[in-house]
Amino acid sequence: MAIRERLSGNEAVAYAIKQINPDVMPAFPITPSTEIPQYVATYIANGEIDTEFIHVESEHSAMSATIGASAAGARALTATSSCGMALMWEELYVAASDRLPIVLALVNRALSGPININADHSDSMGARDSGWIQIYAESNQEVYDNFIQAFPIAENANVHLPVMVCQDGFITSHGVENILLVEDEKVKAFVGEYEPEHYLLNPNEKMAVGPYAVSNYYMETKRAQREAMIAAKQVILDVAKKFEEMTGRKYAFFEEYRMEDAEYAVVIIGSAAGTCKAAIEHIRNTTGKKVGLVKIRVFRPFPEEEIAKALSKVKAIAIMDRSEMFSATGGPLGAEVRAALYQAKCNAEVVNYLYGLGGRDITTDDFETVYANLEKMAQTHEPIGMYEYIGLRTEQAKEAE
Amino acid sequence: MEQTAYNFKEVMSKPERLAPGHRMCAGCGGTITVRNVLRALKEEDKAVIGNATGCLEVSSFMYPYTAYEDSYIHNAFENAGATLSGVETAYNVLKKKGKIKDTYKFITFGGDGGTYDIGFQSLSGAMERGHDLVYVCYDNGAYMNTGTQRSSATPQYADTTTTPAGTVSAGKVQVRKDLAAIIAEHHVPYVGQTTFTSNFKDLYTKAQKAIYTPGAAFLNVMSPCPRGWGYEPSEIMTICKLATDTCYWPMFEVIDGKWILSYEPKKKLPIEDFLKPQRRFKHLFKKENEELIGKFQEEVDKLWEELKNRCN
Repeated sequence: MAIRERLSGNEAVAYAIKQINPDVMPAFPITPSTEIPQYVATYIANGEIDTEFIHVESEHSAMSATIGASAAGARALTATSSCGMALMWEELYVAASDRLPIVLALVNRALSGPININADHSDSMGARDSGWIQIYAESNQEVYDNFIQAFPIAENANVHLPVMVCQDGFITSHGVENILLVEDEKVKAFVGEYEPEHYLLNPNEKMAVGPYAVSNYYMETKRAQREAMIAAKQVILDVAKKFEEMTGRKYAFFEEYRMEDAEYAVVIIGSAAGTCKAAIEHIRNTTGKKVGLVKIRVFRPFPEEEIAKALSKVKAIAIMDRSEMFSATGGPLGAEVRAALYQAKCNAEVVNYLYGLGGRDITTDDFETVYANLEKMAQTHEPIGMYEYIGLRTEQAKEAE
Repeated sequence: MEQTAYNFKEVMSKPERLAPGHRMCAGCGGTITVRNVLRALKEEDKAVIGNATGCLEVSSFMYPYTAYEDSYIHNAFENAGATLSGVETAYNVLKKKGKIKDTYKFITFGGDGGTYDIGFQSLSGAMERGHDLVYVCYDNGAYMNTGTQRSSATPQYADTTTTPAGTVSAGKVQVRKDLAAIIAEHHVPYVGQTTFTSNFKDLYTKAQKAIYTPGAAFLNVMSPCPRGWGYEPSEIMTICKLATDTCYWPMFEVIDGKWILSYEPKKKLPIEDFLKPQRRFKHLFKKENEELIGKFQEEVDKLWEELKNRCN
């Protein structure tokens, strides 16, 4: 029987860590992820887990020590947010190219400046090219479930890539919700004992990690990473299938919500999907208009063809980005989804909005405006407010209406 | 810790743990440091060797060849301390869980750029936490891998590519950072500062103590760089001898907070003797710079007296 609980997203991740009982966790405090290492330290202090905590002096050292521990043959993880991840940026690339199955519990928070502690995706979106698998969550339940699936994906012999398990700062990390926890022994069986093949402390084989590779080898290492990322797609689905068999909860690359007959669709990542779903129910109940949502769960590897297929029957699409990339044409999700649609020769009208930067709320009213814009765009064939910010407090806000 | 009498021939006959065929320069001090530190490992003990980015790393582990007979990890420039912390912690957990039976020792090498400067924070963290590892700085007094740029280990007045001696410059302005003392202030059980003596006994015994003293240990090894310093590669032992006999590079150790002088020259030589054979100090011997040699001497004298007081 699943265990009914009420937990915050941070508590849920910490609880998953406790159930997995990993070997090494180096971590450094930063809001809003700090609670995760705090809870783990408490489990350790009370003898509930065998994990060794390394009290590193920075996030750069947190990822460096995680890399050292993982290369040595330990199951290793860390947690961070925002500037903490920015400080470990260099190491993200090293972890991926060393093909280490590290898991990072990322609590998404805006990057400075100005300094801001609230949710947006500028931290993980900036790291989208670092070679990490990225899995996002809408709710506490999802981040817990994603975390349990992370090591089996990362450690799969066809993958061997690090995994970033993302949740929205404060909204998910600190908001307490009802949650269904999986029993300890089931989690342990699902994640399994870690048995690395090649590692520094292997008594039967010496190993050297982190070479200098000049131009006659570097390119092949990148190609190998790409192949692992492609292979990860099937592994992510296989692990999700096994997870569904254990819990009944279904996961894929993305969730399609009321998409079966949808004419107007929003594409979004993270907790704002919940608000969007409420708007969809309200619109459908009051107007009967066919509105739907594609909520991205897996952003790396990017499920390009699958997303294009899911959107193939709609008339107009709003791609919603929670981070800027200052291309002056849109956000990262907008760029990738638009590319996917172009490749699939999709004729739907497309608009890319930015919302929720630095924790700015997005409301059901905002989503109703978005869907109203989509309906107009389908008629006029003109985007309304391309690359505009939703929910600005200034006069600029009117441009998107 | 067991102390055995030093037998030069025996020590030098131990199997090499840094294989020949690496790409370090002829006469490189860094390589001599690595070979001799690794000799201090008991033959039956396994080791994981760490390495900050630098000359040593790019020359000893160029894919697909490694020169190390032991497991080895390079991560980046500024994090050799943190990386080995992770390896050592993994070892403790896996040992506790019964997954590893062998005894492993953990030794990481960094140049002075990767140790005194960019890797200073990571080193300080590793020392403060007390991981059972040895951090060895092969100190050649500049960023040699990128072409002799000034570091905080570069001696005052040295001509480097970022502190060039010129018509209005006499080389580096500041004096060296005293890193061994700073690490000693972390209250780690063992800190040693050394260089190459004629029989390598000082380096060997300090490496042995550093490796086999439980807890964090730091070794600072002056490792001359013929290209960066500007002397004939064959003269390395003379340069080291002059560094210790002028008291420019004192050899000492700090064991559980107790400072011990390892060598006091019978006759302390003037600093010119150390400066003269090196291209990087050539400008000091121009007429207009004469007083700078005096200032260099004053600094050496001051630090030497301070050290002797600490060791009393």
